[in-house]
Amino acid sequence: MAHAPDHSSERPAILDKVRPAELPRSPLILNNRGFHWITDKVCGIVEEPTPLWWKVTFVVALFIASFTFVGLTYLVSTGTGTWGLRSPVGWGWAIVNFVFWVGIGHAGTLISAILCLLRQKWRTSINRAAEAMTIFAVMCAGLFPLFHVGRVWFGWWLFPLPNQNGIWPQFRSPLEWDVFAVSTYFTVSALFWYMGMIPDLGAIRDRATTWWRKTFYGVLAMGWRNGNRQWSNFEMAYLLLAGLSTPLVLSVHTIVSFDFAVSNVPGWHTTIFPPYFVAGAIFSGFAMVLTLMLPLRAIYRLHDVINQYHIDNMCKIILATGTMVGYAYATEFFIAAYSGNAYEKFAFVNRAFGQYAWAYWIMVSCNVITPQLFWFKKVRENHALVWIICLFVNVGMWFERFVITVTSLANDYLPSSWGYYSPTIVDIFTFFGTFGFFSVLFLLFIRFLPLLPMAEVKMVTPQADPHAH
Amino acid sequence: MNERNERIHGVACTFRKASDVYHAAEKVRDAGWKQWDVHTPFPIHGMDQAMGLPRSPVPRLTLLGGVTGFLTGCLLTWYTNSADYPIVVGGKPFWSVIFPFPVLYECTILFAAFGTFFGQFIFNRLPRHHHPLFDHPQFARVSDDTFMIVLEAGDPNFHVDESRNFLQSLGGQEITIVRD
Repeated sequence: MAHAPDHSSERPAILDKVRPAELPRSPLILNNRGFHWITDKVCGIVEEPTPLWWKVTFVVALFIASFTFVGLTYLVSTGTGTWGLRSPVGWGWAIVNFVFWVGIGHAGTLISAILCLLRQKWRTSINRAAEAMTIFAVMCAGLFPLFHVGRVWFGWWLFPLPNQNGIWPQFRSPLEWDVFAVSTYFTVSALFWYMGMIPDLGAIRDRATTWWRKTFYGVLAMGWRNGNRQWSNFEMAYLLLAGLSTPLVLSVHTIVSFDFAVSNVPGWHTTIFPPYFVAGAIFSGFAMVLTLMLPLRAIYRLHDVINQYHIDNMCKIILATGTMVGYAYATEFFIAAYSGNAYEKFAFVNRAFGQYAWAYWIMVSCNVITPQLFWFKKVRENHALVWIICLFVNVGMWFERFVITVTSLANDYLPSSWGYYSPTIVDIFTFFGTFGFFSVLFLLFIRFLPLLPMAEVKMVTPQADPHAH
Repeated sequence: MNERNERIHGVACTFRKASDVYHAAEKVRDAGWKQWDVHTPFPIHGMDQAMGLPRSPVPRLTLLGGVTGFLTGCLLTWYTNSADYPIVVGGKPFWSVIFPFPVLYECTILFAAFGTFFGQFIFNRLPRHHHPLFDHPQFARVSDDTFMIVLEAGDPNFHVDESRNFLQSLGGQEITIVRD
């Protein structure tokens, strides 16, 4: 190395005596599994005869989904008065459920895009399922504002399409921004999900024995040939889509929060909303990922691919974002006190001690207190407990949106126009059914599409490194 | 090229290890091959350099998509809210780049994503559901755990026997001719 600059004079003498310790990295795939094992495992899920648990769960999910169908049919045939909305609370469960489901979707994009840019290799095992969760959650979310417009058959007026009235959407409104944000989010997530799946669909195609399998997976795989000339463009496109999805996912929940923050309602009109909403979205989304992945891991014995290291990481993200959310709750209170604005001060005291105090304290205990248990390794290793904590987080995040939406509207400026909102059975049916709708879609995904990104999982095994010996 | 090659797509061989196919690819590149490919179950880190591939052109379409999206968003919001049916709302201007910015932002991302997604298909010449390789008996294993190098008949270096010997010298196994 004649040309290398001479740093020997700067090098501390101690470095010649000690050898830096080799810190072992947690293996991402346990038991040194090979490529063929991974292919067999993932394709096996799709190729095996439909298991009994799947059939039973699918029927139950369809039954639950029918509640949404019944709720929406009754709503459309009778009128929006069947929801519990009346002055002063014009935004009730529909908006709460919308924000809840969109928020859940955000973890999928965080895993597929942001963790990809940060080169977090552990993301590969949970990436595909989390992206599927994103897409199905956004579909559930979209139902609510669509039917909240009242006359759903005019839903297309949300989009800038020429209509016989000659009027256009009004782009100064955050609600119109939201139409663009959510529909872009859905489209880009679906493209990203599908493109990432193409090599794996090709792998299932190559193993297919029956005619319908060859046709179905063959058409979906687009004639993918695994050539490096293809991989080169694919990898570039994947990286770019990750780079595009990152600002997208941050913008989506930011714009959702604008629905509230741009208004003049006390408790909504705050600048902390965008980061606070995004942190909450990631928090609830990771809880949902764990809620889904822990049972799947047990059913399909994916313990080598989704191991304690993955679960630890997800628990730690829930802990971090949950703490951020708790910090945001505290900041809101401080700013309300500091603002000197009587209405703002009242809005927050009312949240904690007013007529919806029960909802507020459910929110705080589920979102701020429960995730703190993840500080303890013993808790993170107890998967039943992790699953229960995640359910608490899901409940807590739903209540967060309820508290924000309803408390501010029910008690805003004039006490003479205050009210108390409660949902009707139609609201409850519609929301309950979306869990069935989500499960139906997710079960179909498990049954027919590759649950784990095989190519990406193979890529993070030690034997995939061309310089390994 | 001689007439014997007309019905031949190329010569293929397989490898069992990522490191073997990586070093073999470097040698094919150094021998001056242009029409050939390495088929792998997953993208191998550094294979683009080992094959001597140029940087992927996909980002050009991403940029084109992004610029188109931004301008489309501007045109849409300007035409609908300022030119065709101006309405005064909240004392805001009929059009500015500020108030519809979330819309412009989302349009930019949407069109850039379309550029990227379709760019990948365009530059990969996909969809293409028939290809000589799909009839090759070893090819189905490439998406599982096998690595394959295919030297194509269109390359000036191609000659059936010499190319087979070349693949053998690289350590390739199961050397076979891929018919068109």
